[in-house]
Amino acid sequence: MSAQLGGFTPAPGAAPFARQVATQARMEARLMLRNGEQLLLAIVIPVIVLVGGVLGAERLGLDLDGHQPVDVLAPGVLALAVMSTAFTSIAIATGFERRYGVIKRLGASPLPRSGLLLGKVLALLNVVALQLVVLVVVGLLLGWRPSLDNPPVSIGATMLAVAAGTWAFASLGLLVAGLLRAEATLALANLVYLLLMVGGGVVLPTSSYGAASAVIGWLPSAALGDAMRAALVDARLDLTAIVILVAWGVLGTLLTARTFKWE
Amino acid sequence: MPVESHAVSSASELAVDIDGLVMAYGDKVAVDGLSMQVARGSITAVLGPNGAGKTTTLETCEGYRRPQAGTVRVLGLDPHRQRRELLPRVGVMLQSGGAWSGVRAMEMLDHVAALHAHPLDTAMLHDRLGLADCGRTPYRRLSGGQQQRLGLAMALVGRPELVFVDEPTAGMDPQARRTTWGLLEEVRRDGVTVVLTTHHMDEAEHLADQIHIIDHGRLIASGSPTELTSGGHTATIRLVVTRPFPEGAPESLGAELGPRTSVTQLDARSMLVTGPADGSTLRIVSQWCESHDVVPESLALGRQTLEDVFLTLTGRELAE
Repeated sequence: MSAQLGGFTPAPGAAPFARQVATQARMEARLMLRNGEQLLLAIVIPVIVLVGGVLGAERLGLDLDGHQPVDVLAPGVLALAVMSTAFTSIAIATGFERRYGVIKRLGASPLPRSGLLLGKVLALLNVVALQLVVLVVVGLLLGWRPSLDNPPVSIGATMLAVAAGTWAFASLGLLVAGLLRAEATLALANLVYLLLMVGGGVVLPTSSYGAASAVIGWLPSAALGDAMRAALVDARLDLTAIVILVAWGVLGTLLTARTFKWE
Repeated sequence: MPVESHAVSSASELAVDIDGLVMAYGDKVAVDGLSMQVARGSITAVLGPNGAGKTTTLETCEGYRRPQAGTVRVLGLDPHRQRRELLPRVGVMLQSGGAWSGVRAMEMLDHVAALHAHPLDTAMLHDRLGLADCGRTPYRRLSGGQQQRLGLAMALVGRPELVFVDEPTAGMDPQARRTTWGLLEEVRRDGVTVVLTTHHMDEAEHLADQIHIIDHGRLIASGSPTELTSGGHTATIRLVVTRPFPEGAPESLGAELGPRTSVTQLDARSMLVTGPADGSTLRIVSQWCESHDVVPESLALGRQTLEDVFLTLTGRELAE
């Protein structure tokens, strides 16, 4: 044996909590961005929806309450991107973390559960920020002109909507991941994403669903979409939508806290 | 802050102290009143067949499970209630998994290292475990043996006082097993306590200072490898016969052999006899065969192994 004498002499200790959380957040963000399917979900599908929606609407001569299609679609696609990462990506990633014993293994490391959760949230916010930057650029290239009536309100209301939406969807994603097997989580998270994208009032305004809109309006997808459109089309804060998102966040968090199994 | 290794040695001499542990899943009892100790600075093997309760015992020591009855102390701490205090001081190698499927081997080890205050040099550890060639390989594409070695590296990287390794060499080729054994011996030499589970008696015999044999969640024997196998002074005879033994054969043979010998019937046509290695045992066995009209098919004489100890104690083979 060639290693230096005493190479394994015990010197135990946990790294400072902040360093542990930063390490965990970097790792989770890196893995999210490395995963092809998740990147498809996070960037490619929203871009396709945006470009396709704008081209389609122009071709059909669609009029959305007197607004340019891109002006209405772009905020909805930002909402879609938040939903894809906060709900679908988090659910699938966490489901497989449980399956592969990652959460169990990290449970025996100095990283406490609060640190694990915090790392996940930070990674998630990082990825969402990256998505939003890409999609805003694509939107601007397609001719999107967000409302400039009251920029501070627009920016503030957007950030509030993104934060509340991320919370609501992430808590629901963790709820699914904590209850089901990894494969079932994968299937359900993708299915719910598809259904909400088509019929959940996220890309298109809730009002465009006719009679069903009364129900759809209560969904977190519609609330997030409406809040983003209110902020970026009309430069106002849609308080009802934010309250609905917060209610979903509280509900999701309580249920997750009660049911989530780390192993 | 300096590293207080003196604080470690001034504490209790026991790294692990388990007293009357009971663990059940539903009505299936996994650990049934188990008591055992692990001395600091030793390699202790917990040996037993699959399903004996080894992993459950280890996971209770690691704080994953709360004892349903009895007490468990690890480095003097309650692993469930004082888990946050305990965890930085112990290293854990799970039986399988424990890494993201898309993470690279080296990246995973660096990650665990960064959670600790004074980690080992990860490149050195990778090298020592023969993982240098697959540092950039995603976890899911590592072989079973490479995943095991990475698991061991993850257990050691935080420079723990005590490591729990669950089946450390499962799925490894003989070369990798030797490397792993050498590393664990070096770790002990540097003052780390090692607790390992295994169902390979050669592993226990080669590595362990102390062996605890458990079966059905109970401790059935403890001792050093030499103590358990009587230092090679005990002979074993495996007797296989052509037709099933007559009723009461083990008792009848046992009566002829006397109290220093034990007879265990393994199946209808084979028995294991352990006794003094002085030649008389073999003679009595062959005489007994003749007088009871039993025709030996084979009569194998050997030095007692841990496998024989297990057989004698339980009447069952250890390996699956």
